[in-house]
Amino acid sequence: MTKNPRTLYEKIWDAHIVERREDGSALVYIDRHLVHEVTSPQAFEALRQAGRPLRRPDRTLAVPDHNVPTTARVDNEGHLLPIADPQSAKQLAALAKNAPEFGVRYISATDPEQGIVHVVGPEQGFTLPGTTLVCGDSHTAAHGALGALAFGIGTSEVEHVMATQTLILTPAKTMEVRVEGKLSPDVSAKDLILHIIHSLGTAGGTGYAIEYTGEAIRNLSIEERLTVSNMSIEAGARTGLIAPDDKTFAYLFGRPMAPKGQDWEKAVQWWKSLATDEGAVYDKTVIIKAEDVQPSVTWGTSPEDVVPITGVVPDPASFADPAKQAAARRSLEYMGLEPGQKMEGLAVENVFIGSCTNSRIEDLRAAASVVWGRHVADNVKQALVVPGSGLVKRQAEAEGLDEVFKAAGFEWREPGCSMCLAMNPDKVPAGERCASTSNRNFVGRQGPGARTHLVSPAMAAAAAVTGHLTDLRHLEPVEMGEKA
Amino acid sequence: MKAVKIVEGRAYPLGESNIDTDIIIPAHYLKTTDRKGLAKGAFETIRAKEGNVFDNPEYKDAPILIAGDNFGCGSSREHAAWAIKEMGIEAVIAPRFSDIFSGNAFKNGLLTVVLPEADVERLLEVAKTDPITLDLENQVVTTPFQDRFHFEIDPFRKRCLLEGLDEIGLTLKDQDKISQYEDVLASDRPWV
Repeated sequence: MTKNPRTLYEKIWDAHIVERREDGSALVYIDRHLVHEVTSPQAFEALRQAGRPLRRPDRTLAVPDHNVPTTARVDNEGHLLPIADPQSAKQLAALAKNAPEFGVRYISATDPEQGIVHVVGPEQGFTLPGTTLVCGDSHTAAHGALGALAFGIGTSEVEHVMATQTLILTPAKTMEVRVEGKLSPDVSAKDLILHIIHSLGTAGGTGYAIEYTGEAIRNLSIEERLTVSNMSIEAGARTGLIAPDDKTFAYLFGRPMAPKGQDWEKAVQWWKSLATDEGAVYDKTVIIKAEDVQPSVTWGTSPEDVVPITGVVPDPASFADPAKQAAARRSLEYMGLEPGQKMEGLAVENVFIGSCTNSRIEDLRAAASVVWGRHVADNVKQALVVPGSGLVKRQAEAEGLDEVFKAAGFEWREPGCSMCLAMNPDKVPAGERCASTSNRNFVGRQGPGARTHLVSPAMAAAAAVTGHLTDLRHLEPVEMGEKA
Repeated sequence: MKAVKIVEGRAYPLGESNIDTDIIIPAHYLKTTDRKGLAKGAFETIRAKEGNVFDNPEYKDAPILIAGDNFGCGSSREHAAWAIKEMGIEAVIAPRFSDIFSGNAFKNGLLTVVLPEADVERLLEVAKTDPITLDLENQVVTTPFQDRFHFEIDPFRKRCLLEGLDEIGLTLKDQDKISQYEDVLASDRPWV
């Protein structure tokens, strides 16, 4: 056993302390800062007004994602198409102006590398194990999948990082979420994290840094781990770490911004030392049995409102806590659901495959494998596939996945946050349901009055082709002869 | 940041749990490049309902909001704190806040006071008819009925709030320490 055994979180924390303070806080160095157009304009403006430079533009990367329309960005002759919403256009223009003015690398909406910040960071090798990484977006937790201490911050903190490359923080408590055993092949990383959020509750991780451990986590691919870590915030935890391992190193090797040559060797050596020591103590440990995880779906307006697809809408009276009962009643009214109603068979008018949670190549492959040889049902009015980045889109096109989706009646879009948050033209109309691979089913999240059911990419694809929430294990097999 | 010492007055007795940031300020209001003009979108879905606390003349311009568990969960949008401040609210009381929201609130001089559920229940009752007083210096919430609830607050945050300190200005005084750290980092982990 090591002397003073430490957890992964504690090791990264300790390595980034500029100064410990008597009041228990610490000045913590920030290695990486991702910037997008929504939470940065006020921070840039404040720097400008105070005459302060951005301390380390070389550690900062800016990319627009929330507001960008996912329809074509250039016309047939390659000319930029205008953005219809003047406010979105203004916010996007502010980032395009601010980033170069402060010396920050800017990936524009028409660059092939553009995409959702949390897809772009890992893809470019900007996200590295053992780094501290922040972004003015709560789903920054995603980068924890590579062993980065990554968390979302508000605009004042964005400004603080820009000006000082540090934050004043107090250490979080640590929580181990250990997933024991093996996941069933019918179950995805999305089902796993929905199950975990249901188990912890939407505030169960508040005040904690989660570390996901156990056989089922080790067995996940890096992209699957990104899905799990991404939604840590839906359980209240700002950060969701996974120890870097050989899969992590293989994923990062050769990426544009990843270390090269001798630096790579040295980095891997250090990264290998980050795993939680034997005998290290977490403030809390939660054990999840992988065999309990089933294809899942949300019924309510909190990400903790999860049932297996074989399940029914719960009766609000079945909750012990009166506040939960009231919340469940409000949720059911908003969602237009009755207690006891079966989840499977619930008709959906919209299907969204995308978002920082589920828009990577493996997500698109999983969805395409369900869609292949089938067609979007007549009652589905919108079925969008929105790749997480231009590089994901190109990869999918090289594999012919775009043709599978288009042949089935899906729209194949340009990368961005899209229908996850109703800030751009992609929205779910009021009163309509959406089977969505995104991360939040909050009231109005996908548009005023929109009814969101969070699912995995394969389950979203199954809902699209049947027109209702479907247990993908019940899909009739497609006869080989019927395939296009 | 303006210093905060005492917040006194009527309180909106909202009381619902899991008030997420999309409820506090829906995404379509986030397309702004400054910090102003957000109050009009604050709690839009709640205000669409008749008889909501925010449009009840009884609580007009109340400087305090009392909410249920897990207030401010969800997104990192600081617009949520800006919108609440612009409504004239200077303090929120709840049994628990999301970590990111409470951080954002603090940066804007919006007090977040955590009290046990029973105390919050009691304050929700009092708020219907009477004012409430928050004293940051003494870390106590009081009512005209001799209720006296002590609350905890991070000492660093307390000092910043009481003195109205500019955090970035403070940190910039430590530039030398940051530079020293960067020198060590460049030799120990040159790939970063």
